[in-house]
Amino acid sequence: MKLHEYQAKNIFAEAGIPVPESRLASSVDEVMEAVEDIGYPAAIKAQVHVGGRGKAGGIKIAMDEDEARQAAEDILGMDLKGYTVEQVLVEAGVDFENELYVGVTMDRSAGKPVAMVSTEGGVNIEEVAEENPDAIAREHVDPAFGLHPYQARKLVFDAGIPRDVAFDVASFLSTLYDLYEANDASDIEINPVMITSDRDVVAADAVMNIDDDALFRHEDLAAMEEDSYEDELEAKAGEYGFDYVRLSGNVGIIGNGAGLVMTTLDLVDYFGGTPANFLDIGGGAKAERVANALDMVFSDENVDSVVFNIFGGITRGDEVAKGINEALESFDEIPKPVVVRLAGTNAEEGMEILNTELVQVEGTLEDAVQRAVENAQEVSQ
Amino acid sequence: MSIFVDDDTRVVVQGITGGEGRFHTQQMMEYGTNVVAGAVPGKGGQEVEGVPVYDTVSEAVEEEDANASVVFVPPAFAGDAIFEALDTDLDLVVAITEGVPTQDMAKVNKRLSEVDTRLIGPNCPGIITPGEAKLGILPGNIFEEGNVGLVSRSGTLTYQVVSNLTERGIGQTTAIGIGGDPIIGTSFVDALEAFENDPDTHAVVMCGEIGGEDEEQAAKFIAENMDTPVAGFIAGRTAPPGKRMGHAGAIVSGSGTGTAESKINALNDAGVPVGDTPNEVADHIEDFL
Repeated sequence: MKLHEYQAKNIFAEAGIPVPESRLASSVDEVMEAVEDIGYPAAIKAQVHVGGRGKAGGIKIAMDEDEARQAAEDILGMDLKGYTVEQVLVEAGVDFENELYVGVTMDRSAGKPVAMVSTEGGVNIEEVAEENPDAIAREHVDPAFGLHPYQARKLVFDAGIPRDVAFDVASFLSTLYDLYEANDASDIEINPVMITSDRDVVAADAVMNIDDDALFRHEDLAAMEEDSYEDELEAKAGEYGFDYVRLSGNVGIIGNGAGLVMTTLDLVDYFGGTPANFLDIGGGAKAERVANALDMVFSDENVDSVVFNIFGGITRGDEVAKGINEALESFDEIPKPVVVRLAGTNAEEGMEILNTELVQVEGTLEDAVQRAVENAQEVSQ
Repeated sequence: MSIFVDDDTRVVVQGITGGEGRFHTQQMMEYGTNVVAGAVPGKGGQEVEGVPVYDTVSEAVEEEDANASVVFVPPAFAGDAIFEALDTDLDLVVAITEGVPTQDMAKVNKRLSEVDTRLIGPNCPGIITPGEAKLGILPGNIFEEGNVGLVSRSGTLTYQVVSNLTERGIGQTTAIGIGGDPIIGTSFVDALEAFENDPDTHAVVMCGEIGGEDEEQAAKFIAENMDTPVAGFIAGRTAPPGKRMGHAGAIVSGSGTGTAESKINALNDAGVPVGDTPNEVADHIEDFL
């Protein structure tokens, strides 16, 4: 789960990290009220869950009233990489001399968190990481102990942070690590940390992503989650609790287990079709969940045929068959042809239950996918 | 022979009184697995499927001489359950639970480095040595005894590839699902090394997927250390960059690492043929035998 900049900044500020004065606004009038309080220059920043807001026109600096109004009109309501901007953060502009980067994330190869500091702040840190990895100082953190103060000091000196602010930045980093741990963050970053002409350090941006699997112990954070889906179908998938990704093709794909569903997508492509979606019903799905999955895929008007690929382990074939029957029996006419392939736990029982007047059945993965691709080609003609 | 489990493995099931724990205990026992105890805090003294339940893992180990555990504990408590298992002298812990918070696993990972116990998972289907024992949720009926090892990040993909092998009469020494999470116990390299050292394993299937760099590391290991031939499969060739495909790990960063292409190239460079379909993987294995 991603937090908005303003949400992350509230958390940072409460923990003692200085942030610029700011107000949240959702209309041009609110923006004008905010700039009146805050003064100029002011940054007007789109609050949407996408990276690269600045480059895409989602962040503007206003030097006076006219510019503020123009920025508010431009940004509010704009489409930013598929998301409509409904809120902006109006923030006091910071007069800065240097921009730094600090962050903590999980290094999956090492299996432990890594803390990072760089003097190359204010830019795309992924590009820095790729082109000039030595420009980022890194320290692995033992999760049993947390980030030791000496590690934070080592990082700022390794990164070449100016001496007069080095300890302030080290203290930022320690606070950031504590927040990372306390909130089960998957990433936490400030890019840039600005060093002002008075040699103060200020968090000018804030990124905080939370591990979805840990939300059960962070009710306060979970409450901040909002529906921000790219389209109605993804919103529906969110309600049903599916792992779902909409794609551009016309073969609807439902399966159990990410690896098998991805393989089904790959095979659709291999046999000359194009996948319409990725939908993983997950492990141990009961009949209702299976029916919801079919409802999901039928709701996508691009879908011309559907393939159901289940290899039961913890998922049981008879439950899947029940769900398919329930879903299909509710239609007077099946919207699109459905091919079912059932294998694994209770597959035989499932095959006996399955209403074969409503679905086509194939024994192997390849046959099922090929048939679904042919169905899609026939339907789309 | 086999790796990690055989018919001497004595299993304690953590979370045996839950729905999944109970069902799969029964399935494991039907398969012939030596399930000797359950461990559930507060449920000591009960019996499930004729198996005695203890309050703690250490009691189960002491009383029933268990040397492996299978964890069916809900995600909120799974990290703690794994720690408890690692605090005994078990040889093996298999964590089936899906959705364990990553920071919990980072702590588990730290403890793992301090003990001799092997962890498989979490978020995995488990491990099976056909004809001897299965620890986990794999459907036993699709496996056959034989001489091919299999290691996979995905559960259902494991079943798919195994069924392609079994249908041709190619049996397996041991099959392991290592799980698709960002932090896991046993890696591809650990499993490949064990298969390389198992004289009865004559070929190995390795099933990977997009995200992370584990397959690339495995390719390097195969090139440098393995005589046993390996065939591969990589799921997610058609996955669009930046989209998360189910598994926590199955996301392509868009920066070139972790893509199906980079993994397939790494494996090919290591002399590992990669099938376009699961069936083609079985073709390659057939050629090796």
